[in-house]
Amino acid sequence: MRRPNLPLLSLALLAGLAPASAADLQHTAALQAPPHPIVDPLGSPRWDDMRKLFFGDAPVVFDERVRVTAPRIAEDSMNVPVTVDASALGDARSVVVFADFNPIVKVLEFQAAHARPSLGFRLKLQQSSPVRAAVLGSDGTWRVGGTWITATGGGCTLPSAGSSSPEWQERLNQVSGRIWSRVDGGERVRMRIIHPMDTGLAAGIPVFHIDELALADDSGRTVMHIRPYEPVAENPSFTIDLPPGAASGGKLHVTGRDNNGNRIDAWVTP
Amino acid sequence: MTPRLLAHALLSLALLLPALPAHPNDFDYRLAPRMIAEGVYVLIGTTEDFSFANGGNIVNSGFIVGPAGVIVIDTGPSRRYGEQLLATIATVTDRPIALTINTHHHPDHFLGNQAFPADTLTATPETIRGIQSEGEDFNNNMYRLNGDWMLGTEVVVPGKTLAAGRTTIAGRALEFLHLAGHTASDLVVIDHDSGTVFAADLVFWQRAPTTPHADIPRWLAALDRLAAIPAQRWVPGHGEVSGDRSPIRQTRAYLEWLADTITRGAEAGLDMTEMLETPIPAAFADLSLVADEFRRSVTHLYPAAEQAALER
Repeated sequence: MRRPNLPLLSLALLAGLAPASAADLQHTAALQAPPHPIVDPLGSPRWDDMRKLFFGDAPVVFDERVRVTAPRIAEDSMNVPVTVDASALGDARSVVVFADFNPIVKVLEFQAAHARPSLGFRLKLQQSSPVRAAVLGSDGTWRVGGTWITATGGGCTLPSAGSSSPEWQERLNQVSGRIWSRVDGGERVRMRIIHPMDTGLAAGIPVFHIDELALADDSGRTVMHIRPYEPVAENPSFTIDLPPGAASGGKLHVTGRDNNGNRIDAWVTP
Repeated sequence: MTPRLLAHALLSLALLLPALPAHPNDFDYRLAPRMIAEGVYVLIGTTEDFSFANGGNIVNSGFIVGPAGVIVIDTGPSRRYGEQLLATIATVTDRPIALTINTHHHPDHFLGNQAFPADTLTATPETIRGIQSEGEDFNNNMYRLNGDWMLGTEVVVPGKTLAAGRTTIAGRALEFLHLAGHTASDLVVIDHDSGTVFAADLVFWQRAPTTPHADIPRWLAALDRLAAIPAQRWVPGHGEVSGDRSPIRQTRAYLEWLADTITRGAEAGLDMTEMLETPIPAAFADLSLVADEFRRSVTHLYPAAEQAALER
Protein backbone atom coordinates (compact mmCIF):
# COMPACT_ATOMS: atom_id res chain seq x y z
CA MET A 1 0.00 0.00 0.00
CA ARG A 2 1.29 3.43 -0.88
CA ARG A 3 1.90 6.02 1.76
CA PRO A 4 -0.37 9.04 1.82
CA ASN A 5 0.83 11.85 -0.29
CA LEU A 6 -0.70 15.25 0.30
CA PRO A 7 1.29 17.85 -1.62
CA LEU A 8 -1.81 19.71 -2.77
CA LEU A 9 -3.08 20.01 0.73
CA SER A 10 0.26 21.18 2.06
CA LEU A 11 0.27 23.83 -0.63
CA ALA A 12 -3.14 24.93 0.45
CA LEU A 13 -1.91 25.28 4.01
CA LEU A 14 1.04 27.39 2.96
CA ALA A 15 -1.10 29.60 0.78
CA GLY A 16 -3.52 30.12 3.66
CA LEU A 17 -7.24 29.83 3.23
CA ALA A 18 -9.93 32.39 3.87
CA PRO A 19 -11.07 32.81 7.49
CA ALA A 20 -13.47 30.22 8.74
CA SER A 21 -17.09 31.16 9.34
CA ALA A 22 -18.49 31.62 12.82
CA ALA A 23 -19.92 28.13 12.71
CA ASP A 24 -16.51 26.72 11.87
CA LEU A 25 -15.03 28.48 14.85
CA GLN A 26 -17.60 26.89 17.11
CA HIS A 27 -16.47 23.51 15.92
CA THR A 28 -12.89 24.46 16.53
CA ALA A 29 -13.72 25.63 20.03
CA ALA A 30 -15.27 22.27 20.78
CA LEU A 31 -11.90 20.73 20.03
CA GLN A 32 -9.87 22.71 22.55
CA ALA A 33 -9.75 19.86 25.07
CA PRO A 34 -6.99 17.48 23.92
CA PRO A 35 -6.65 14.71 22.94
CA HIS A 36 -10.08 15.33 21.38
CA PRO A 37 -11.29 11.77 20.80
CA ILE A 38 -14.30 12.12 18.55
CA VAL A 39 -16.94 9.58 17.81
CA ASP A 40 -17.22 8.52 14.18
CA PRO A 41 -20.86 9.04 13.18
CA LEU A 42 -20.42 6.21 10.67
CA GLY A 43 -19.21 3.82 13.37
CA SER A 44 -16.38 2.46 11.26
CA PRO A 45 -13.80 0.29 13.03
CA ARG A 46 -11.22 1.73 10.63
CA TRP A 47 -11.80 5.34 11.64
CA ASP A 48 -8.87 5.58 14.03
CA ASP A 49 -6.53 4.24 11.36
CA MET A 50 -7.93 6.66 8.81
CA ARG A 51 -7.48 9.51 11.23
CA LYS A 52 -3.84 8.68 11.87
CA LEU A 53 -3.16 8.12 8.18
CA PHE A 54 -4.70 11.31 6.84
CA PHE A 55 -4.64 13.78 9.70
CA GLY A 56 -1.92 12.73 12.13
CA ASP A 57 -2.23 14.92 15.18
CA ALA A 58 -4.18 17.70 13.46
CA PRO A 59 -7.62 18.53 14.87
CA VAL A 60 -10.53 16.80 13.15
CA VAL A 61 -14.26 17.39 13.37
CA PHE A 62 -17.17 15.75 11.67
CA ASP A 63 -19.12 18.40 9.83
CA GLU A 64 -22.38 17.84 7.96
CA ARG A 65 -21.57 20.74 5.68
CA VAL A 66 -19.08 18.42 3.97
CA ARG A 67 -21.68 16.54 1.96
CA VAL A 68 -20.95 13.19 0.39
CA THR A 69 -23.83 11.98 -1.78
CA ALA A 70 -23.91 8.41 -3.04
CA PRO A 71 -26.41 5.59 -3.41
CA ARG A 72 -26.84 3.60 -0.18
CA ILE A 73 -26.30 0.41 -2.17
CA ALA A 74 -23.83 0.25 -5.05
CA GLU A 75 -25.28 -1.68 -7.96
CA ASP A 76 -21.91 -1.82 -9.71
CA SER A 77 -18.84 -1.96 -7.45
CA MET A 78 -16.67 -0.89 -10.39
CA ASN A 79 -18.64 2.35 -10.88
CA VAL A 80 -20.01 3.83 -7.70
CA PRO A 81 -21.21 7.41 -8.24
CA VAL A 82 -20.24 9.91 -5.55
CA THR A 83 -20.61 13.68 -5.31
CA VAL A 84 -18.58 15.59 -2.74
CA ASP A 85 -19.81 19.09 -2.02
CA ALA A 86 -18.12 21.30 0.56
CA SER A 87 -19.50 24.59 -0.73
CA ALA A 88 -21.57 25.06 2.44
CA LEU A 89 -18.26 25.56 4.26
CA GLY A 90 -17.63 28.79 2.45
CA ASP A 91 -14.06 28.92 1.31
CA ALA A 92 -13.20 25.22 1.32
CA ARG A 93 -10.59 24.72 -1.37
CA SER A 94 -8.68 21.48 -0.81
CA VAL A 95 -10.49 18.19 -0.39
CA VAL A 96 -9.30 14.60 0.03
CA VAL A 97 -11.65 11.64 -0.48
CA PHE A 98 -11.07 8.20 0.99
CA ALA A 99 -12.83 4.88 1.54
CA ASP A 100 -12.00 3.19 4.88
CA PHE A 101 -12.24 -0.40 3.65
CA ASN A 102 -10.68 -0.16 0.22
CA PRO A 103 -7.31 -1.89 -0.20
CA ILE A 104 -6.12 1.51 -1.47
CA VAL A 105 -7.99 3.94 0.73
CA LYS A 106 -7.22 7.27 -0.91
CA VAL A 107 -9.56 7.87 -3.84
CA LEU A 108 -8.68 11.37 -5.00
CA GLU A 109 -7.80 14.89 -3.95
CA PHE A 110 -9.02 18.08 -5.49
CA GLN A 111 -8.34 21.73 -5.18
CA ALA A 112 -11.12 24.02 -6.30
CA ALA A 113 -9.06 27.03 -7.29
CA HIS A 114 -11.94 28.99 -8.80
CA ALA A 115 -14.51 26.23 -9.23
CA ARG A 116 -17.06 25.45 -6.54
CA PRO A 117 -15.59 23.05 -3.96
CA SER A 118 -17.62 20.16 -5.28
CA LEU A 119 -16.85 17.22 -7.52
CA GLY A 120 -18.87 14.37 -9.00
CA PHE A 121 -16.94 11.22 -9.91
CA ARG A 122 -17.11 7.40 -9.71
CA LEU A 123 -15.01 5.03 -7.72
CA LYS A 124 -14.33 1.33 -7.31
CA LEU A 125 -15.27 -0.28 -4.00
CA GLN A 126 -13.75 -3.54 -2.86
CA GLN A 127 -16.42 -4.04 -0.20
CA SER A 128 -18.97 -2.06 1.78
CA SER A 129 -17.27 1.00 3.19
CA PRO A 130 -17.64 4.54 4.38
CA VAL A 131 -16.67 7.01 1.69
CA ARG A 132 -15.51 10.26 3.23
CA ALA A 133 -14.37 13.68 2.21
CA ALA A 134 -12.08 15.77 4.38
CA VAL A 135 -11.57 19.49 3.98
CA LEU A 136 -8.63 21.32 5.51
CA GLY A 137 -9.60 24.72 6.87
CA SER A 138 -7.32 27.74 7.21
CA ASP A 139 -7.49 27.17 10.98
CA GLY A 140 -5.67 23.86 10.48
CA THR A 141 -8.76 21.83 11.32
CA TRP A 142 -9.97 18.99 9.12
CA ARG A 143 -13.72 18.85 8.54
CA VAL A 144 -14.98 15.44 7.56
CA GLY A 145 -18.24 14.24 6.05
CA GLY A 146 -19.15 10.86 4.65
CA THR A 147 -21.62 8.10 4.01
CA TRP A 148 -21.69 4.30 4.10
CA ILE A 149 -22.04 2.55 0.79
CA THR A 150 -23.03 -1.11 0.71
CA ALA A 151 -21.26 -2.96 -2.08
CA THR A 152 -20.99 -6.59 -3.14
CA GLY A 153 -17.39 -5.84 -3.82
CA GLY A 154 -14.46 -6.85 -5.95
CA GLY A 155 -14.21 -3.40 -7.50
CA CYS A 156 -10.50 -2.92 -6.84
CA THR A 157 -9.11 -6.37 -7.58
CA LEU A 158 -11.03 -7.02 -10.79
CA PRO A 159 -9.33 -6.25 -14.09
CA SER A 160 -10.63 -3.18 -15.90
CA ALA A 161 -12.66 -3.78 -19.06
CA GLY A 162 -9.99 -1.80 -20.90
CA SER A 163 -7.20 -4.12 -19.78
CA SER A 164 -8.78 -6.99 -21.71
CA SER A 165 -9.49 -5.03 -24.85
CA PRO A 166 -6.97 -3.41 -27.20
CA GLU A 167 -9.39 -0.67 -28.21
CA TRP A 168 -8.63 1.68 -25.35
CA GLN A 169 -4.99 1.91 -26.39
CA GLU A 170 -5.99 3.89 -29.47
CA ARG A 171 -8.25 6.15 -27.44
CA LEU A 172 -6.13 6.42 -24.29
CA ASN A 173 -6.52 9.79 -22.58
CA GLN A 174 -9.11 11.01 -25.08
CA VAL A 175 -11.44 13.51 -23.43
CA SER A 176 -15.10 14.02 -24.23
CA GLY A 177 -16.70 16.90 -22.42
CA ARG A 178 -19.34 19.55 -22.52
CA ILE A 179 -20.15 22.81 -20.76
CA TRP A 180 -23.67 23.76 -19.67
CA SER A 181 -24.90 27.15 -18.55
CA ARG A 182 -26.41 27.10 -15.09
CA VAL A 183 -29.38 29.13 -13.96
CA ASP A 184 -27.17 30.98 -11.45
CA GLY A 185 -25.09 32.31 -14.36
CA GLY A 186 -22.27 29.86 -13.69
CA GLU A 187 -21.30 26.83 -15.68
CA ARG A 188 -21.30 23.08 -15.30
CA VAL A 189 -18.54 21.02 -16.85
CA ARG A 190 -18.78 17.30 -17.39
CA MET A 191 -15.94 15.29 -18.88
CA ARG A 192 -14.92 11.71 -19.37
CA ILE A 193 -11.43 10.47 -20.11
CA ILE A 194 -10.64 7.11 -21.66
CA HIS A 195 -8.31 5.30 -19.26
CA PRO A 196 -8.31 1.79 -17.73
CA MET A 197 -7.37 3.12 -14.25
CA ASP A 198 -5.82 -0.23 -13.30
CA THR A 199 -5.21 -0.50 -9.57
CA GLY A 200 -2.28 -2.92 -9.80
CA LEU A 201 -4.25 -5.29 -7.55
CA ALA A 202 -5.61 -7.52 -10.34
CA ALA A 203 -3.21 -10.37 -11.05
CA GLY A 204 -0.74 -9.60 -13.82
CA ILE A 205 -1.99 -6.09 -14.55
CA PRO A 206 0.35 -3.32 -13.39
CA VAL A 207 -0.86 -0.12 -11.77
CA PHE A 208 -1.81 2.37 -14.47
CA HIS A 209 -3.92 5.41 -13.68
CA ILE A 210 -4.35 9.10 -14.34
CA ASP A 211 -2.68 10.95 -11.47
CA GLU A 212 -2.95 14.59 -12.50
CA LEU A 213 -5.72 16.64 -14.08
CA ALA A 214 -6.19 20.37 -14.36
CA LEU A 215 -8.98 22.44 -15.83
CA ALA A 216 -8.08 25.98 -16.95
CA ASP A 217 -9.94 28.77 -18.70
CA ASP A 218 -8.68 30.10 -22.01
CA SER A 219 -6.53 32.73 -20.27
CA GLY A 220 -4.64 29.82 -18.72
CA ARG A 221 -5.98 30.31 -15.20
CA THR A 222 -6.50 26.99 -13.41
CA VAL A 223 -10.03 26.60 -12.06
CA MET A 224 -9.84 23.02 -10.75
CA HIS A 225 -7.01 20.65 -9.98
CA ILE A 226 -7.67 16.92 -9.42
CA ARG A 227 -5.33 14.16 -8.32
CA PRO A 228 -7.04 10.85 -9.01
CA TYR A 229 -5.70 7.69 -7.39
CA GLU A 230 -6.17 4.02 -8.21
CA PRO A 231 -9.74 3.63 -6.85
CA VAL A 232 -11.20 6.14 -9.33
CA ALA A 233 -13.36 4.18 -11.78
CA GLU A 234 -12.26 3.20 -15.26
CA ASN A 235 -12.83 5.90 -17.91
CA PRO A 236 -13.14 8.54 -15.18
CA SER A 237 -15.95 11.02 -15.45
CA PHE A 238 -16.09 14.27 -13.50
CA THR A 239 -18.76 16.87 -12.83
CA ILE A 240 -17.46 20.32 -11.93
CA ASP A 241 -19.40 23.51 -11.26
CA LEU A 242 -18.04 26.99 -11.83
CA PRO A 243 -19.58 30.02 -10.15
CA PRO A 244 -20.50 32.99 -12.37
CA GLY A 245 -17.42 34.66 -13.79
CA ALA A 246 -15.00 31.92 -12.69
CA ALA A 247 -13.78 31.22 -16.21
CA SER A 248 -13.09 33.59 -19.06
CA GLY A 249 -13.96 32.59 -22.62
CA GLY A 250 -16.37 29.91 -23.66
CA LYS A 251 -14.09 26.89 -23.49
CA LEU A 252 -11.93 25.09 -20.96
CA HIS A 253 -8.53 23.45 -21.30
CA VAL A 254 -8.03 19.99 -19.77
CA THR A 255 -4.46 18.92 -19.17
CA GLY A 256 -2.96 16.10 -17.20
CA ARG A 257 -1.00 12.86 -17.29
CA ASP A 258 -1.07 9.29 -16.08
CA ASN A 259 1.55 7.53 -13.97
CA ASN A 260 3.29 6.32 -17.15
CA GLY A 261 3.74 9.89 -18.35
CA ASN A 262 1.08 9.79 -21.09
CA ARG A 263 -0.31 13.30 -21.58
CA ILE A 264 -3.88 14.49 -21.53
CA ASP A 265 -4.53 17.66 -23.52
CA ALA A 266 -7.98 18.63 -24.77
CA TRP A 267 -10.49 21.47 -24.92
CA VAL A 268 -14.00 21.23 -23.60
CA THR A 269 -16.64 23.40 -25.26
CA PRO A 270 -20.33 24.17 -24.60
CA MET B 1 -35.62 -12.67 38.41
CA THR B 2 -33.21 -14.68 40.54
CA PRO B 3 -30.55 -16.73 38.77
CA ARG B 4 -32.38 -19.87 39.87
CA LEU B 5 -35.68 -18.69 38.44
CA LEU B 6 -33.92 -17.60 35.28
CA ALA B 7 -32.42 -21.07 34.92
CA HIS B 8 -35.86 -22.60 35.34
CA ALA B 9 -37.31 -20.28 32.75
CA LEU B 10 -34.56 -21.10 30.29
CA LEU B 11 -34.99 -24.83 30.91
CA SER B 12 -38.73 -24.59 30.33
CA LEU B 13 -38.06 -22.70 27.13
CA ALA B 14 -35.58 -25.32 25.98
CA LEU B 15 -38.10 -28.09 26.69
CA LEU B 16 -40.70 -26.22 24.70
CA LEU B 17 -38.52 -25.79 21.64
CA PRO B 18 -38.89 -29.27 20.11
CA ALA B 19 -42.65 -28.89 20.40
CA LEU B 20 -42.70 -25.65 18.42
CA PRO B 21 -43.58 -25.95 14.74
CA ALA B 22 -40.65 -26.42 12.40
CA HIS B 23 -38.93 -23.24 11.29
CA PRO B 24 -40.90 -21.98 8.31
CA ASN B 25 -37.70 -22.11 6.31
CA ASP B 26 -37.72 -25.83 5.53
CA PHE B 27 -36.51 -25.14 2.00
CA ASP B 28 -39.93 -25.99 0.60
CA TYR B 29 -41.04 -23.41 -1.96
CA ARG B 30 -44.61 -24.70 -1.58
CA LEU B 31 -45.06 -24.55 -5.32
CA ALA B 32 -48.72 -24.81 -6.24
CA PRO B 33 -49.42 -25.11 -9.94
CA ARG B 34 -52.46 -23.14 -11.00
CA MET B 35 -54.32 -24.16 -14.16
CA ILE B 36 -55.06 -21.04 -16.21
CA ALA B 37 -56.31 -22.85 -19.33
CA GLU B 38 -56.75 -26.43 -20.44
CA GLY B 39 -53.35 -28.04 -19.94
CA VAL B 40 -51.65 -24.74 -19.09
CA TYR B 41 -50.22 -24.24 -15.59
CA VAL B 42 -48.35 -21.42 -13.92
CA LEU B 43 -46.38 -21.02 -10.70
CA ILE B 44 -46.39 -17.38 -9.67
CA GLY B 45 -43.50 -16.13 -7.56
CA THR B 46 -43.50 -13.12 -5.27
CA THR B 47 -42.77 -9.64 -6.64
CA GLU B 48 -39.81 -9.26 -4.30
CA ASP B 49 -36.07 -9.21 -4.65
CA PHE B 50 -34.00 -12.36 -4.11
CA SER B 51 -33.62 -13.13 -0.42
CA PHE B 52 -33.12 -15.88 2.10
CA ALA B 53 -36.77 -15.39 3.10
CA ASN B 54 -38.10 -16.26 -0.37
CA GLY B 55 -35.29 -18.55 -1.52
CA GLY B 56 -35.22 -16.75 -4.84
CA ASN B 57 -38.82 -17.62 -5.72
CA ILE B 58 -39.57 -14.25 -7.23
CA VAL B 59 -40.19 -15.57 -10.71
CA ASN B 60 -42.98 -17.15 -12.71
CA SER B 61 -42.52 -20.52 -14.31
CA GLY B 62 -45.06 -22.61 -16.14
CA PHE B 63 -45.74 -25.82 -17.97
CA ILE B 64 -48.01 -27.00 -20.74
CA VAL B 65 -49.27 -30.57 -20.79
CA GLY B 66 -49.43 -31.89 -24.35
CA PRO B 67 -50.87 -35.23 -25.49
CA ALA B 68 -47.45 -36.85 -25.45
CA GLY B 69 -45.51 -34.91 -22.84
CA VAL B 70 -44.89 -31.74 -20.89
CA ILE B 71 -43.30 -28.49 -22.06
CA VAL B 72 -41.64 -26.62 -19.15
CA ILE B 73 -41.13 -22.86 -19.36
CA ASP B 74 -38.25 -21.79 -17.10
CA THR B 75 -36.80 -23.84 -14.26
CA GLY B 76 -36.53 -21.31 -11.42
CA PRO B 77 -33.75 -19.96 -9.24
CA SER B 78 -32.20 -23.10 -7.72
CA ARG B 79 -31.76 -26.85 -7.90
CA ARG B 80 -34.34 -27.21 -5.11
CA TYR B 81 -36.84 -25.16 -7.09
CA GLY B 82 -36.23 -27.31 -10.16
CA GLU B 83 -36.69 -30.51 -8.17
CA GLN B 84 -39.86 -29.24 -6.52
CA LEU B 85 -41.21 -28.01 -9.87
CA LEU B 86 -40.61 -31.43 -11.38
CA ALA B 87 -42.33 -33.07 -8.41
CA THR B 88 -45.29 -30.76 -8.67
CA ILE B 89 -45.64 -31.47 -12.39
CA ALA B 90 -45.83 -35.15 -11.48
CA THR B 91 -48.85 -34.42 -9.29
CA VAL B 92 -50.66 -33.08 -12.38
CA THR B 93 -49.62 -35.55 -15.05
CA ASP B 94 -47.58 -38.70 -15.48
CA ARG B 95 -46.51 -37.72 -18.98
CA PRO B 96 -42.77 -37.29 -19.51
CA ILE B 97 -40.94 -34.00 -19.82
CA ALA B 98 -40.68 -33.36 -23.56
CA LEU B 99 -39.00 -29.95 -23.60
CA THR B 100 -37.50 -27.68 -20.92
CA ILE B 101 -37.12 -24.09 -22.06
CA ASN B 102 -34.96 -21.31 -20.60
CA THR B 103 -36.54 -18.11 -21.87
CA HIS B 104 -33.38 -16.05 -21.23
CA HIS B 105 -30.09 -16.21 -19.37
CA HIS B 106 -31.07 -14.62 -16.04
CA PRO B 107 -30.43 -16.90 -13.06
CA ASP B 108 -34.02 -17.20 -11.79
CA HIS B 109 -34.98 -18.70 -15.14
CA PHE B 110 -32.39 -21.46 -15.53
CA LEU B 111 -30.76 -22.46 -12.22
CA GLY B 112 -33.34 -25.23 -11.74
CA ASN B 113 -32.07 -26.98 -14.92
CA GLN B 114 -30.28 -29.71 -12.95
CA ALA B 115 -33.58 -31.33 -12.03
CA PHE B 116 -34.74 -31.84 -15.62
CA PRO B 117 -33.64 -34.45 -18.17
CA ALA B 118 -30.53 -32.95 -19.79
CA ASP B 119 -31.65 -33.86 -23.31
CA THR B 120 -34.83 -31.78 -22.91
CA LEU B 121 -33.03 -28.51 -22.04
CA THR B 122 -33.24 -25.89 -24.75
CA ALA B 123 -32.77 -22.15 -25.34
CA THR B 124 -31.84 -19.73 -28.11
CA PRO B 125 -28.16 -19.63 -29.19
CA GLU B 126 -27.70 -16.20 -27.53
CA THR B 127 -29.22 -17.43 -24.28
CA ILE B 128 -26.97 -20.50 -24.33
CA ARG B 129 -23.96 -18.24 -24.83
CA GLY B 130 -25.18 -15.98 -22.01
CA ILE B 131 -25.53 -18.91 -19.60
CA GLN B 132 -22.08 -20.15 -20.60
CA SER B 133 -20.38 -16.81 -20.07
CA GLU B 134 -22.30 -15.37 -17.10
CA GLY B 135 -23.94 -18.39 -15.48
CA GLU B 136 -21.21 -19.03 -12.90
CA ASP B 137 -21.15 -15.43 -11.71
CA PHE B 138 -24.94 -15.41 -11.48
CA ASN B 139 -24.91 -18.65 -9.50
CA ASN B 140 -22.31 -17.32 -7.05
CA ASN B 141 -24.37 -14.19 -6.58
CA MET B 142 -27.53 -16.25 -5.99
CA TYR B 143 -25.77 -18.20 -3.23
CA ARG B 144 -24.91 -14.88 -1.64
CA LEU B 145 -28.49 -13.61 -1.87
CA ASN B 146 -30.51 -16.77 -1.12
CA GLY B 147 -28.14 -18.72 1.11
CA ASP B 148 -28.76 -22.42 1.67
CA TRP B 149 -31.76 -22.50 -0.62
CA MET B 150 -29.12 -22.72 -3.34
CA LEU B 151 -27.42 -25.81 -1.86
CA GLY B 152 -26.13 -28.07 -4.63
CA THR B 153 -27.15 -25.71 -7.42
CA GLU B 154 -24.87 -25.84 -10.44
CA VAL B 155 -25.07 -24.23 -13.84
CA VAL B 156 -26.38 -26.62 -16.51
CA VAL B 157 -26.15 -25.19 -20.02
CA PRO B 158 -28.93 -26.30 -22.39
CA GLY B 159 -27.55 -28.48 -25.16
CA LYS B 160 -30.21 -27.86 -27.79
CA THR B 161 -30.95 -24.64 -29.62
CA LEU B 162 -34.57 -23.65 -30.04
CA ALA B 163 -35.67 -22.41 -33.44
CA ALA B 164 -38.21 -19.64 -33.87
CA GLY B 165 -41.56 -20.28 -35.49
CA ARG B 166 -44.53 -22.61 -35.26
CA THR B 167 -43.98 -26.20 -34.31
CA THR B 168 -45.70 -29.13 -32.63
CA ILE B 169 -44.13 -30.46 -29.46
CA ALA B 170 -45.50 -33.51 -27.65
CA GLY B 171 -48.61 -33.10 -29.78
CA ARG B 172 -49.21 -29.48 -28.76
CA ALA B 173 -49.10 -26.66 -31.35
CA LEU B 174 -46.71 -23.99 -30.09
CA GLU B 175 -45.06 -20.91 -31.49
CA PHE B 176 -41.74 -19.50 -30.38
CA LEU B 177 -40.79 -15.86 -30.92
CA HIS B 178 -37.16 -14.82 -30.67
CA LEU B 179 -37.38 -11.30 -29.32
CA ALA B 180 -34.89 -9.18 -27.37
CA GLY B 181 -34.59 -6.07 -25.26
CA HIS B 182 -34.79 -7.29 -21.68
CA THR B 183 -31.70 -9.31 -22.56
CA ALA B 184 -29.93 -10.08 -25.85
CA SER B 185 -32.47 -12.84 -26.38
CA ASP B 186 -35.92 -13.20 -24.86
CA LEU B 187 -38.00 -16.17 -25.91
CA VAL B 188 -41.77 -15.90 -25.98
CA VAL B 189 -43.89 -19.05 -25.99
CA ILE B 190 -47.37 -18.91 -27.52
CA ASP B 191 -49.82 -21.73 -26.89
CA HIS B 192 -52.32 -21.17 -29.68
CA ASP B 193 -54.76 -23.82 -28.48
CA SER B 194 -55.46 -21.86 -25.32
CA GLY B 195 -54.50 -18.36 -26.47
CA THR B 196 -51.82 -18.09 -23.77
CA VAL B 197 -48.67 -16.02 -24.20
CA PHE B 198 -45.72 -16.70 -21.91
CA ALA B 199 -44.05 -13.33 -22.34
CA ALA B 200 -41.05 -14.04 -20.09
CA ASP B 201 -39.29 -10.97 -18.72
CA LEU B 202 -40.32 -8.78 -21.61
CA VAL B 203 -43.39 -8.15 -19.48
CA PHE B 204 -43.55 -7.25 -15.78
CA TRP B 205 -46.83 -6.60 -13.97
CA GLN B 206 -47.11 -4.44 -10.85
CA ARG B 207 -43.38 -4.99 -10.36
CA ALA B 208 -40.72 -2.63 -11.70
CA PRO B 209 -38.83 -4.04 -14.71
CA THR B 210 -35.16 -4.93 -14.29
CA THR B 211 -32.56 -3.69 -16.77
CA PRO B 212 -29.09 -5.15 -16.17
CA HIS B 213 -28.87 -6.31 -19.80
CA ALA B 214 -31.59 -4.14 -21.28
CA ASP B 215 -31.70 -2.45 -24.65
CA ILE B 216 -34.79 -0.28 -24.25
CA PRO B 217 -35.49 0.53 -27.93
CA ARG B 218 -35.37 -3.21 -28.76
CA TRP B 219 -37.50 -3.94 -25.71
CA LEU B 220 -40.16 -1.45 -26.81
CA ALA B 221 -40.15 -2.99 -30.30
CA ALA B 222 -40.64 -6.42 -28.70
CA LEU B 223 -43.61 -5.07 -26.72
CA ASP B 224 -45.15 -3.92 -30.01
CA ARG B 225 -44.85 -7.46 -31.33
CA LEU B 226 -46.40 -8.87 -28.15
CA ALA B 227 -49.28 -6.40 -28.16
CA ALA B 228 -50.17 -7.45 -31.71
CA ILE B 229 -50.69 -11.11 -30.74
CA PRO B 230 -54.38 -12.02 -30.45
CA ALA B 231 -54.37 -13.80 -27.10
CA GLN B 232 -56.67 -14.63 -24.21
CA ARG B 233 -54.14 -14.26 -21.42
CA TRP B 234 -50.63 -13.13 -20.70
CA VAL B 235 -48.13 -14.66 -18.32
CA PRO B 236 -45.51 -12.06 -17.38
CA GLY B 237 -42.05 -13.08 -16.17
CA HIS B 238 -42.81 -11.40 -12.84
CA GLY B 239 -46.28 -10.59 -11.53
CA GLU B 240 -49.76 -12.01 -11.90
CA VAL B 241 -51.33 -13.51 -15.00
CA SER B 242 -53.47 -10.99 -16.87
CA GLY B 243 -56.50 -11.42 -19.12
CA ASP B 244 -55.67 -8.25 -21.03
CA ARG B 245 -52.74 -6.19 -22.25
CA SER B 246 -52.43 -4.04 -19.10
CA PRO B 247 -49.05 -5.56 -18.18
CA ILE B 248 -47.68 -4.76 -21.64
CA ARG B 249 -48.94 -1.17 -21.37
CA GLN B 250 -47.51 -0.77 -17.89
CA THR B 251 -44.11 -2.20 -18.84
CA ARG B 252 -44.04 0.08 -21.89
CA ALA B 253 -45.01 3.19 -19.92
CA TYR B 254 -42.34 2.54 -17.29
CA LEU B 255 -39.60 1.86 -19.82
CA GLU B 256 -40.50 4.95 -21.84
CA TRP B 257 -40.42 7.08 -18.71
CA LEU B 258 -37.11 5.52 -17.65
CA ALA B 259 -35.44 6.02 -21.04
CA ASP B 260 -36.77 9.56 -21.37
CA THR B 261 -35.73 10.52 -17.84
CA ILE B 262 -32.23 9.19 -18.37
CA THR B 263 -31.77 10.79 -21.79
CA ARG B 264 -33.05 14.14 -20.58
CA GLY B 265 -30.89 14.00 -17.46
CA ALA B 266 -27.78 13.32 -19.52
CA GLU B 267 -28.67 16.12 -21.96
CA ALA B 268 -29.15 18.52 -19.04
CA GLY B 269 -25.72 17.64 -17.65
CA LEU B 270 -26.85 15.90 -14.46
CA ASP B 271 -24.33 13.91 -12.48
CA MET B 272 -25.33 10.30 -11.79
CA THR B 273 -25.89 11.12 -8.11
CA GLU B 274 -28.38 13.84 -9.16
CA MET B 275 -30.03 11.45 -11.60
CA LEU B 276 -30.54 8.99 -8.71
CA GLU B 277 -32.56 11.59 -6.83
CA THR B 278 -35.25 11.73 -9.53
CA PRO B 279 -38.67 11.27 -7.89
CA ILE B 280 -40.70 8.28 -9.08
CA PRO B 281 -43.91 9.51 -10.82
CA ALA B 282 -47.20 8.67 -9.13
CA ALA B 283 -48.11 6.33 -12.01
CA PHE B 284 -45.28 3.97 -11.01
CA ALA B 285 -45.01 4.66 -7.29
CA ASP B 286 -46.94 1.49 -6.40
CA LEU B 287 -44.85 -0.91 -8.50
CA SER B 288 -42.99 -3.37 -6.30
CA LEU B 289 -39.32 -2.46 -5.85
CA VAL B 290 -39.56 0.61 -8.06
CA ALA B 291 -37.12 2.69 -6.01
CA ASP B 292 -34.52 -0.11 -6.01
CA GLU B 293 -34.96 -0.88 -9.67
CA PHE B 294 -34.74 2.77 -10.67
CA ARG B 295 -31.44 3.06 -8.79
CA ARG B 296 -30.14 -0.04 -10.54
CA SER B 297 -31.37 1.09 -13.91
CA VAL B 298 -29.61 4.45 -13.59
CA THR B 299 -26.40 2.54 -12.88
CA HIS B 300 -26.97 0.32 -15.92
CA LEU B 301 -28.20 2.87 -18.41
CA TYR B 302 -26.87 6.29 -17.46
CA PRO B 303 -23.23 5.83 -18.56
CA ALA B 304 -24.21 5.26 -22.20
CA ALA B 305 -26.64 8.19 -22.12
CA GLU B 306 -23.97 10.46 -20.62
CA GLN B 307 -21.49 9.40 -23.22
CA ALA B 308 -23.97 10.15 -26.01
CA ALA B 309 -24.54 13.61 -24.51
CA LEU B 310 -20.80 14.30 -24.21
CA GLU B 311 -19.97 13.06 -27.72
CA ARG B 312 -22.93 14.72 -29.44
